[in-house]
Amino acid sequence: MSFTIATTVDEALVALDAGARPIAGGTDLVVGARHGKAALPADLVAIDRIDELGGVELDSAGVRVGALMSHAELMTDPVIVGSYTAIADASALVGSPSTRHVGTLGGNVMNGSPAMDTGAPLTVLRAAAELRSVTGSRTVSLDELWAGPGRTTANPGELLVALHLPPAWDRCGSAYVRLEYRRAMEIAVVGAAAAVTLAADGTVASVAVALAAVAPTILSVDGVNEALVGRTAAAAGPVAAALASEQAAPISDLRASDRYRRHCIGVMAKRAVDAAARRADGESIAVPVNRSLGIGAA
Amino acid sequence: MTTSYELDVNGVTYPVTADQGKNLLSVIRENVGLTGTKEGCDDCECGACMVLLDGQPLNSCSYLAVQAQGRQVTTIEGVMDGPEMHALQRNLLEAGGVQCGFCTPGMIMSAKALLERDARPELDAARIGLSGNLCRCTGYAKILSAVEATAVELNT
Repeated sequence: MSFTIATTVDEALVALDAGARPIAGGTDLVVGARHGKAALPADLVAIDRIDELGGVELDSAGVRVGALMSHAELMTDPVIVGSYTAIADASALVGSPSTRHVGTLGGNVMNGSPAMDTGAPLTVLRAAAELRSVTGSRTVSLDELWAGPGRTTANPGELLVALHLPPAWDRCGSAYVRLEYRRAMEIAVVGAAAAVTLAADGTVASVAVALAAVAPTILSVDGVNEALVGRTAAAAGPVAAALASEQAAPISDLRASDRYRRHCIGVMAKRAVDAAARRADGESIAVPVNRSLGIGAA
Repeated sequence: MTTSYELDVNGVTYPVTADQGKNLLSVIRENVGLTGTKEGCDDCECGACMVLLDGQPLNSCSYLAVQAQGRQVTTIEGVMDGPEMHALQRNLLEAGGVQCGFCTPGMIMSAKALLERDARPELDAARIGLSGNLCRCTGYAKILSAVEATAVELNT
Protein backbone atom coordinates (compact mmCIF):
# COMPACT_ATOMS: atom_id res chain seq x y z
CA MET A 1 0.00 0.00 0.00
CA SER A 2 1.23 3.46 -0.81
CA PHE A 3 0.22 7.06 -1.14
CA THR A 4 2.28 9.47 -3.20
CA ILE A 5 1.76 13.07 -4.19
CA ALA A 6 2.70 13.74 -7.80
CA THR A 7 3.68 17.23 -8.91
CA THR A 8 4.16 16.46 -12.61
CA VAL A 9 2.14 14.41 -15.09
CA ASP A 10 5.18 12.20 -15.73
CA GLU A 11 5.45 11.33 -12.03
CA ALA A 12 1.76 10.47 -11.95
CA LEU A 13 2.06 8.29 -15.07
CA VAL A 14 4.94 6.32 -13.57
CA ALA A 15 2.83 5.68 -10.46
CA LEU A 16 -0.17 4.62 -12.57
CA ASP A 17 2.08 2.29 -14.56
CA ALA A 18 3.12 0.66 -11.28
CA GLY A 19 -0.54 0.04 -10.42
CA ALA A 20 -1.61 3.10 -8.44
CA ARG A 21 -5.00 4.76 -9.01
CA PRO A 22 -5.32 8.55 -9.30
CA ILE A 23 -7.14 10.70 -6.76
CA ALA A 24 -7.95 14.41 -7.10
CA GLY A 25 -10.87 15.71 -5.01
CA GLY A 26 -11.84 12.20 -3.92
CA THR A 27 -15.55 13.08 -3.97
CA ASP A 28 -16.46 9.84 -5.78
CA LEU A 29 -13.61 7.61 -4.65
CA VAL A 30 -13.78 8.21 -0.89
CA VAL A 31 -17.58 8.19 -0.67
CA GLY A 32 -17.76 5.14 -2.94
CA ALA A 33 -15.29 3.25 -0.75
CA ARG A 34 -17.37 3.89 2.34
CA HIS A 35 -20.48 2.63 0.58
CA GLY A 36 -18.68 -0.58 -0.29
CA LYS A 37 -19.11 0.25 -3.99
CA ALA A 38 -15.38 -0.29 -4.53
CA ALA A 39 -12.71 -0.57 -1.87
CA LEU A 40 -10.30 2.34 -1.66
CA PRO A 41 -7.39 1.36 -3.94
CA ALA A 42 -4.34 0.17 -2.00
CA ASP A 43 -2.00 2.39 -3.98
CA LEU A 44 -2.99 5.96 -4.62
CA VAL A 45 -1.31 8.83 -6.40
CA ALA A 46 -2.65 12.30 -5.63
CA ILE A 47 -2.83 14.35 -8.83
CA ASP A 48 -4.39 17.51 -7.38
CA ARG A 49 -1.09 19.45 -7.25
CA ILE A 50 -0.10 18.99 -10.88
CA ASP A 51 -0.13 22.46 -12.43
CA GLU A 52 -0.05 21.12 -16.01
CA LEU A 53 -3.46 19.53 -15.44
CA GLY A 54 -5.20 22.84 -14.75
CA GLY A 55 -6.29 25.82 -16.78
CA VAL A 56 -8.33 26.64 -19.84
CA GLU A 57 -6.18 27.49 -22.86
CA LEU A 58 -7.08 28.62 -26.34
CA ASP A 59 -5.04 26.83 -28.97
CA SER A 60 -5.15 26.48 -32.77
CA ALA A 61 -7.50 23.50 -32.50
CA GLY A 62 -9.93 25.24 -30.15
CA VAL A 63 -9.81 25.10 -26.37
CA ARG A 64 -7.93 22.79 -24.05
CA VAL A 65 -9.62 22.33 -20.67
CA GLY A 66 -7.33 20.80 -18.06
CA ALA A 67 -8.74 17.70 -16.39
CA LEU A 68 -8.08 19.22 -12.97
CA MET A 69 -10.36 22.23 -13.54
CA SER A 70 -12.75 22.25 -10.59
CA HIS A 71 -16.47 22.78 -11.01
CA ALA A 72 -16.10 26.08 -9.12
CA GLU A 73 -13.48 27.23 -11.64
CA LEU A 74 -15.50 26.07 -14.66
CA MET A 75 -18.69 27.85 -13.60
CA THR A 76 -16.88 31.20 -13.55
CA ASP A 77 -14.24 30.76 -16.25
CA PRO A 78 -14.82 33.48 -18.90
CA VAL A 79 -14.10 31.19 -21.88
CA ILE A 80 -16.35 28.41 -20.60
CA VAL A 81 -19.17 30.74 -19.53
CA GLY A 82 -18.84 32.77 -22.72
CA SER A 83 -18.62 30.10 -25.40
CA TYR A 84 -19.23 26.68 -23.82
CA THR A 85 -21.98 27.75 -21.45
CA ALA A 86 -23.61 24.34 -20.99
CA ILE A 87 -20.47 23.13 -19.18
CA ALA A 88 -20.76 26.07 -16.78
CA ASP A 89 -24.49 25.35 -16.27
CA ALA A 90 -23.62 21.79 -15.33
CA SER A 91 -20.66 22.62 -13.09
CA ALA A 92 -22.73 25.12 -11.13
CA LEU A 93 -25.25 22.39 -10.27
CA VAL A 94 -22.76 19.83 -8.95
CA GLY A 95 -23.01 19.09 -5.22
CA SER A 96 -22.45 22.08 -2.95
CA PRO A 97 -19.78 24.80 -2.75
CA SER A 98 -17.51 22.24 -1.08
CA THR A 99 -18.00 19.59 -3.76
CA ARG A 100 -17.51 22.16 -6.48
CA HIS A 101 -14.20 23.32 -5.05
CA VAL A 102 -12.56 19.91 -4.84
CA GLY A 103 -14.51 18.02 -7.52
CA THR A 104 -12.91 18.11 -10.97
CA LEU A 105 -14.02 17.83 -14.57
CA GLY A 106 -11.65 14.90 -15.07
CA GLY A 107 -13.11 13.07 -12.10
CA ASN A 108 -16.64 13.63 -13.31
CA VAL A 109 -15.78 12.30 -16.78
CA MET A 110 -13.70 9.30 -15.66
CA ASN A 111 -16.10 8.22 -12.92
CA GLY A 112 -18.34 7.37 -15.85
CA SER A 113 -21.69 7.82 -14.14
CA PRO A 114 -24.55 8.00 -16.65
CA ALA A 115 -25.94 10.78 -14.42
CA MET A 116 -22.78 12.91 -14.57
CA ASP A 117 -23.67 16.56 -15.11
CA THR A 118 -20.77 17.60 -17.34
CA GLY A 119 -21.09 14.63 -19.74
CA ALA A 120 -24.07 15.77 -21.83
CA PRO A 121 -22.67 19.32 -22.24
CA LEU A 122 -19.26 17.96 -23.29
CA THR A 123 -20.98 15.66 -25.78
CA VAL A 124 -23.05 18.34 -27.53
CA LEU A 125 -19.98 20.59 -27.63
CA ARG A 126 -18.06 17.74 -29.32
CA ALA A 127 -15.33 17.39 -26.72
CA ALA A 128 -12.55 14.82 -27.09
CA ALA A 129 -10.60 13.28 -24.24
CA GLU A 130 -6.79 13.28 -24.17
CA LEU A 131 -5.42 10.23 -22.38
CA ARG A 132 -1.76 9.85 -21.51
CA SER A 133 0.31 6.95 -20.28
CA VAL A 134 4.03 6.23 -19.97
CA THR A 135 3.95 4.88 -23.52
CA GLY A 136 2.28 7.85 -25.21
CA SER A 137 -0.96 9.68 -25.65
CA ARG A 138 -4.18 9.32 -27.61
CA THR A 139 -7.28 11.40 -28.06
CA VAL A 140 -10.65 9.67 -28.12
CA SER A 141 -14.22 10.81 -28.54
CA LEU A 142 -16.41 10.61 -25.46
CA ASP A 143 -18.54 7.99 -27.19
CA GLU A 144 -15.47 5.79 -27.37
CA LEU A 145 -14.44 6.61 -23.81
CA TRP A 146 -17.63 5.73 -21.93
CA ALA A 147 -18.30 2.00 -21.91
CA GLY A 148 -21.11 1.67 -19.36
CA PRO A 149 -22.13 2.76 -15.87
CA GLY A 150 -18.88 3.50 -14.02
CA ARG A 151 -16.79 2.03 -16.83
CA THR A 152 -14.48 3.61 -19.41
CA THR A 153 -12.29 2.20 -22.15
CA ALA A 154 -9.21 3.92 -20.70
CA ASN A 155 -6.46 1.51 -19.66
CA PRO A 156 -5.45 1.50 -15.98
CA GLY A 157 -2.16 3.18 -16.89
CA GLU A 158 -3.87 6.03 -18.70
CA LEU A 159 -4.63 9.41 -17.15
CA LEU A 160 -7.16 11.85 -18.54
CA VAL A 161 -5.12 15.04 -18.89
CA ALA A 162 -7.49 17.33 -20.79
CA LEU A 163 -10.71 17.74 -22.70
CA HIS A 164 -10.41 19.39 -26.10
CA LEU A 165 -13.24 21.50 -27.46
CA PRO A 166 -13.50 22.70 -31.06
CA PRO A 167 -13.40 26.48 -31.63
CA ALA A 168 -16.58 28.33 -30.74
CA TRP A 169 -18.60 29.43 -33.74
CA ASP A 170 -20.86 32.43 -34.30
CA ARG A 171 -24.51 32.46 -33.24
CA CYS A 172 -24.09 29.28 -31.25
CA GLY A 173 -25.49 28.83 -27.75
CA SER A 174 -25.63 25.90 -25.38
CA ALA A 175 -27.43 24.99 -22.18
CA TYR A 176 -27.74 22.13 -19.70
CA VAL A 177 -30.99 21.62 -17.82
CA ARG A 178 -31.38 19.09 -15.03
CA LEU A 179 -34.45 17.76 -13.29
CA GLU A 180 -33.75 17.98 -9.58
CA TYR A 181 -35.71 17.50 -6.39
CA ARG A 182 -33.49 19.74 -4.29
CA ARG A 183 -30.97 22.45 -4.96
CA ALA A 184 -27.85 20.98 -3.37
CA MET A 185 -26.09 17.61 -3.09
CA GLU A 186 -28.36 16.37 -5.85
CA ILE A 187 -27.76 13.92 -8.67
CA ALA A 188 -29.60 14.45 -11.94
CA VAL A 189 -32.93 12.63 -12.02
CA VAL A 190 -32.52 13.27 -15.74
CA GLY A 191 -30.57 15.97 -17.56
CA ALA A 192 -30.38 17.33 -21.09
CA ALA A 193 -27.84 19.49 -22.91
CA ALA A 194 -28.32 21.24 -26.22
CA ALA A 195 -26.04 23.22 -28.51
CA VAL A 196 -27.85 25.28 -31.13
CA THR A 197 -26.49 27.39 -34.00
CA LEU A 198 -28.89 29.82 -35.62
CA ALA A 199 -28.92 30.91 -39.26
CA ALA A 200 -29.20 34.59 -40.18
CA ASP A 201 -32.99 34.25 -40.51
CA GLY A 202 -33.26 32.88 -36.98
CA THR A 203 -33.96 29.28 -37.95
CA VAL A 204 -31.88 26.39 -36.65
CA ALA A 205 -28.68 25.88 -38.67
CA SER A 206 -27.35 23.00 -36.59
CA VAL A 207 -28.19 21.36 -33.28
CA ALA A 208 -27.02 18.60 -31.00
CA VAL A 209 -28.80 17.18 -27.95
CA ALA A 210 -27.41 14.75 -25.36
CA LEU A 211 -29.05 13.20 -22.33
CA ALA A 212 -27.97 12.23 -18.82
CA ALA A 213 -29.38 9.52 -16.55
CA VAL A 214 -31.58 7.83 -19.17
CA ALA A 215 -29.18 5.18 -20.54
CA PRO A 216 -26.08 3.21 -19.43
CA THR A 217 -23.92 6.11 -20.66
CA ILE A 218 -24.55 9.68 -21.76
CA LEU A 219 -26.90 9.37 -24.75
CA SER A 220 -26.44 11.45 -27.88
CA VAL A 221 -29.85 11.92 -29.53
CA ASP A 222 -29.80 10.51 -33.08
CA GLY A 223 -31.37 12.35 -35.96
CA VAL A 224 -31.96 15.55 -34.04
CA ASN A 225 -29.94 17.70 -36.43
CA GLU A 226 -31.75 16.38 -39.52
CA ALA A 227 -35.14 16.85 -37.84
CA LEU A 228 -34.55 20.36 -36.54
CA VAL A 229 -32.52 22.21 -39.18
CA GLY A 230 -34.57 24.90 -40.85
CA ARG A 231 -37.19 25.05 -38.11
CA THR A 232 -37.72 28.08 -35.92
CA ALA A 233 -36.37 27.73 -32.41
CA ALA A 234 -39.94 27.61 -31.08
CA ALA A 235 -40.84 24.72 -33.37
CA ALA A 236 -37.60 22.85 -32.68
CA GLY A 237 -38.17 22.25 -28.96
CA PRO A 238 -41.16 19.89 -29.17
CA VAL A 239 -39.49 17.82 -31.89
CA ALA A 240 -36.36 17.47 -29.74
CA ALA A 241 -38.58 16.46 -26.82
CA ALA A 242 -40.23 13.70 -28.81
CA LEU A 243 -36.92 12.32 -30.09
CA ALA A 244 -35.38 12.42 -26.59
CA SER A 245 -38.27 10.56 -24.96
CA GLU A 246 -38.34 8.00 -27.78
CA GLN A 247 -34.61 7.20 -27.61
CA ALA A 248 -34.23 7.23 -23.83
CA ALA A 249 -33.71 3.84 -22.20
CA PRO A 250 -34.09 4.74 -18.53
CA ILE A 251 -34.13 2.51 -15.47
CA SER A 252 -36.34 2.72 -12.39
CA ASP A 253 -34.55 3.39 -9.13
CA LEU A 254 -35.24 5.16 -5.88
CA ARG A 255 -35.04 8.56 -7.54
CA ALA A 256 -37.56 8.00 -10.33
CA SER A 257 -39.44 5.37 -12.33
CA ASP A 258 -38.47 4.63 -15.91
CA ARG A 259 -41.81 6.06 -17.17
CA TYR A 260 -41.32 9.29 -15.26
CA ARG A 261 -37.77 9.63 -16.55
CA ARG A 262 -38.86 8.99 -20.13
CA HIS A 263 -41.50 11.72 -19.90
CA CYS A 264 -39.30 14.23 -18.08
CA ILE A 265 -36.30 13.83 -20.38
CA GLY A 266 -38.46 15.19 -23.18
CA VAL A 267 -39.41 18.19 -21.05
CA MET A 268 -35.77 18.85 -20.15
CA ALA A 269 -34.62 18.42 -23.78
CA LYS A 270 -37.17 20.99 -24.96
CA ARG A 271 -36.11 23.44 -22.25
CA ALA A 272 -32.44 22.92 -23.08
CA VAL A 273 -33.05 23.57 -26.80
CA ASP A 274 -35.10 26.69 -25.98
CA ALA A 275 -32.44 28.09 -23.64
CA ALA A 276 -29.60 27.26 -26.03
CA ALA A 277 -31.43 28.98 -28.89
CA ARG A 278 -32.02 32.09 -26.79
CA ARG A 279 -28.33 32.21 -25.96
CA ALA A 280 -27.45 31.65 -29.61
CA ASP A 281 -29.63 34.65 -30.40
CA GLY A 282 -27.48 36.77 -28.10
CA GLU A 283 -29.61 36.75 -24.97
CA SER A 284 -27.56 36.67 -21.79
CA ILE A 285 -28.99 34.02 -19.46
CA ALA A 286 -27.02 33.61 -16.25
CA VAL A 287 -25.40 30.32 -15.22
CA PRO A 288 -26.88 27.94 -14.19
CA VAL A 289 -29.84 28.19 -16.51
CA ASN A 290 -31.74 25.82 -14.18
CA ARG A 291 -31.84 28.52 -11.53
CA SER A 292 -31.90 31.69 -13.60
CA LEU A 293 -34.96 30.52 -15.58
CA GLY A 294 -36.39 28.34 -12.82
CA ILE A 295 -36.62 25.38 -15.22
CA GLY A 296 -35.13 22.54 -13.20
CA ALA A 297 -38.39 21.26 -11.77
CA ALA A 298 -40.99 19.08 -13.43
CA MET B 1 -1.31 0.70 6.01
CA THR B 2 -0.22 3.16 8.67
CA THR B 3 1.60 6.20 7.47
CA SER B 4 3.14 9.22 9.19
CA TYR B 5 2.87 12.80 8.04
CA GLU B 6 2.34 16.34 9.28
CA LEU B 7 -0.88 18.28 9.18
CA ASP B 8 -1.31 22.04 9.56
CA VAL B 9 -4.50 22.68 11.51
CA ASN B 10 -5.34 26.23 12.57
CA GLY B 11 -1.73 27.27 12.04
CA VAL B 12 -0.28 24.52 14.26
CA THR B 13 1.69 21.63 12.78
CA TYR B 14 0.62 18.25 14.16
CA PRO B 15 2.45 14.97 13.58
CA VAL B 16 -0.03 12.31 12.51
CA THR B 17 0.34 8.54 12.34
CA ALA B 18 -2.75 6.95 10.87
CA ASP B 19 -4.08 4.55 8.28
CA GLN B 20 -3.64 6.06 4.82
CA GLY B 21 -7.35 5.61 4.13
CA LYS B 22 -8.43 7.54 7.25
CA ASN B 23 -10.57 10.56 6.47
CA LEU B 24 -9.66 14.08 7.50
CA LEU B 25 -12.60 14.32 9.91
CA SER B 26 -11.45 11.31 11.94
CA VAL B 27 -7.86 12.50 11.98
CA ILE B 28 -8.91 15.96 13.20
CA ARG B 29 -11.07 14.47 15.95
CA GLU B 30 -8.99 11.46 17.01
CA ASN B 31 -5.36 12.22 16.14
CA VAL B 32 -5.27 16.00 16.43
CA GLY B 33 -7.81 15.98 19.26
CA LEU B 34 -10.05 18.82 18.11
CA THR B 35 -13.66 17.72 18.46
CA GLY B 36 -15.49 20.87 17.35
CA THR B 37 -15.84 19.42 13.86
CA LYS B 38 -18.79 17.02 13.89
CA GLU B 39 -19.59 13.75 12.21
CA GLY B 40 -23.18 13.84 10.97
CA CYS B 41 -24.08 11.66 8.02
CA ASP B 42 -20.50 10.53 7.23
CA ASP B 43 -21.69 10.54 3.62
CA CYS B 44 -20.88 13.99 2.21
CA GLU B 45 -24.52 15.08 2.50
CA CYS B 46 -25.02 17.10 5.69
CA GLY B 47 -22.02 19.43 6.05
CA ALA B 48 -21.58 18.96 9.84
CA CYS B 49 -17.95 18.05 9.12
CA MET B 50 -17.21 21.19 7.09
CA VAL B 51 -13.70 22.61 7.51
CA LEU B 52 -11.69 24.96 5.33
CA LEU B 53 -8.86 23.68 3.16
CA ASP B 54 -6.72 26.59 2.00
CA GLY B 55 -9.72 28.79 2.76
CA GLN B 56 -12.28 26.79 0.76
CA PRO B 57 -15.06 24.72 2.32
CA LEU B 58 -14.47 20.98 2.43
CA ASN B 59 -16.52 18.01 3.67
CA SER B 60 -13.81 16.50 5.85
CA CYS B 61 -15.65 13.16 6.10
CA SER B 62 -15.02 12.54 2.43
CA TYR B 63 -11.44 13.65 2.06
CA LEU B 64 -8.35 11.61 2.85
CA ALA B 65 -6.29 13.24 5.59
CA VAL B 66 -3.05 12.34 3.79
CA GLN B 67 -4.19 14.56 0.93
CA ALA B 68 -4.28 17.60 3.21
CA GLN B 69 -0.51 17.51 3.81
CA GLY B 70 1.10 20.82 2.95
CA ARG B 71 -2.25 22.61 2.95
CA GLN B 72 -3.86 24.76 5.63
CA VAL B 73 -6.79 23.21 7.45
CA THR B 74 -9.05 25.53 9.45
CA THR B 75 -11.58 24.11 11.90
CA ILE B 76 -14.15 25.79 14.13
CA GLU B 77 -11.47 26.03 16.83
CA GLY B 78 -9.52 28.27 14.47
CA VAL B 79 -12.14 30.94 13.83
CA MET B 80 -12.02 32.73 17.21
CA ASP B 81 -10.69 36.23 17.02
CA GLY B 82 -8.16 35.91 19.89
CA PRO B 83 -10.23 35.58 23.07
CA GLU B 84 -13.27 37.07 21.31
CA MET B 85 -15.88 35.15 19.39
CA HIS B 86 -15.88 35.60 15.62
CA ALA B 87 -18.69 37.91 14.49
CA LEU B 88 -20.47 34.90 12.95
CA GLN B 89 -20.46 33.07 16.28
CA ARG B 90 -21.76 36.09 18.16
CA ASN B 91 -24.43 36.88 15.57
CA LEU B 92 -25.64 33.29 15.50
CA LEU B 93 -26.15 33.43 19.25
CA GLU B 94 -27.85 36.81 19.08
CA ALA B 95 -30.16 35.79 16.23
CA GLY B 96 -31.12 32.53 17.94
CA GLY B 97 -29.51 30.66 15.08
CA VAL B 98 -28.26 27.89 17.37
CA GLN B 99 -30.58 25.31 18.85
CA CYS B 100 -29.02 21.88 19.34
CA GLY B 101 -25.80 23.25 17.84
CA PHE B 102 -24.68 20.13 16.03
CA CYS B 103 -24.70 21.72 12.57
CA THR B 104 -23.31 25.03 13.84
CA PRO B 105 -19.55 24.46 13.41
CA GLY B 106 -20.10 23.37 9.82
CA MET B 107 -22.48 26.26 9.14
CA ILE B 108 -19.89 28.72 10.46
CA MET B 109 -17.15 27.30 8.26
CA SER B 110 -19.33 27.52 5.14
CA ALA B 111 -20.50 31.02 6.08
CA LYS B 112 -16.94 32.16 6.72
CA ALA B 113 -15.82 30.91 3.29
CA LEU B 114 -18.87 32.53 1.70
CA LEU B 115 -18.17 35.94 3.27
CA GLU B 116 -14.54 35.76 2.24
CA ARG B 117 -15.44 35.39 -1.43
CA ASP B 118 -18.56 37.58 -1.34
CA ALA B 119 -18.49 40.24 1.38
CA ARG B 120 -22.15 41.26 0.94
CA PRO B 121 -24.02 38.25 -0.43
CA GLU B 122 -27.60 38.59 -1.65
CA LEU B 123 -30.03 36.30 0.14
CA ASP B 124 -29.95 33.77 -2.71
CA ALA B 125 -26.13 33.76 -2.77
CA ALA B 126 -26.14 33.18 0.99
CA ARG B 127 -28.54 30.26 0.56
CA ILE B 128 -26.28 28.74 -2.09
CA GLY B 129 -23.25 29.34 0.14
CA LEU B 130 -24.89 27.34 2.92
CA SER B 131 -26.54 24.81 0.62
CA GLY B 132 -24.14 22.04 1.61
CA ASN B 133 -25.15 22.31 5.28
CA LEU B 134 -28.26 20.73 6.72
CA CYS B 135 -29.93 21.91 9.93
CA ARG B 136 -32.73 19.76 11.33
CA CYS B 137 -33.92 21.82 14.27
CA THR B 138 -33.18 25.55 14.20
CA GLY B 139 -34.39 26.18 10.65
CA TYR B 140 -32.52 28.33 8.21
CA ALA B 141 -34.12 31.79 8.59
CA LYS B 142 -32.27 32.73 11.77
CA ILE B 143 -29.00 31.32 10.48
CA LEU B 144 -29.33 33.42 7.31
CA SER B 145 -30.16 36.49 9.44
CA ALA B 146 -26.95 35.94 11.38
CA VAL B 147 -24.93 35.70 8.17
CA GLU B 148 -26.51 38.91 6.89
CA ALA B 149 -25.88 40.69 10.21
CA THR B 150 -22.25 39.59 10.05
CA ALA B 151 -21.87 40.82 6.48
CA VAL B 152 -23.24 44.21 7.51
CA GLU B 153 -21.08 44.34 10.64
CA LEU B 154 -17.85 43.44 8.85
CA ASN B 155 -18.45 45.95 6.07
CA THR B 156 -19.44 49.09 7.95
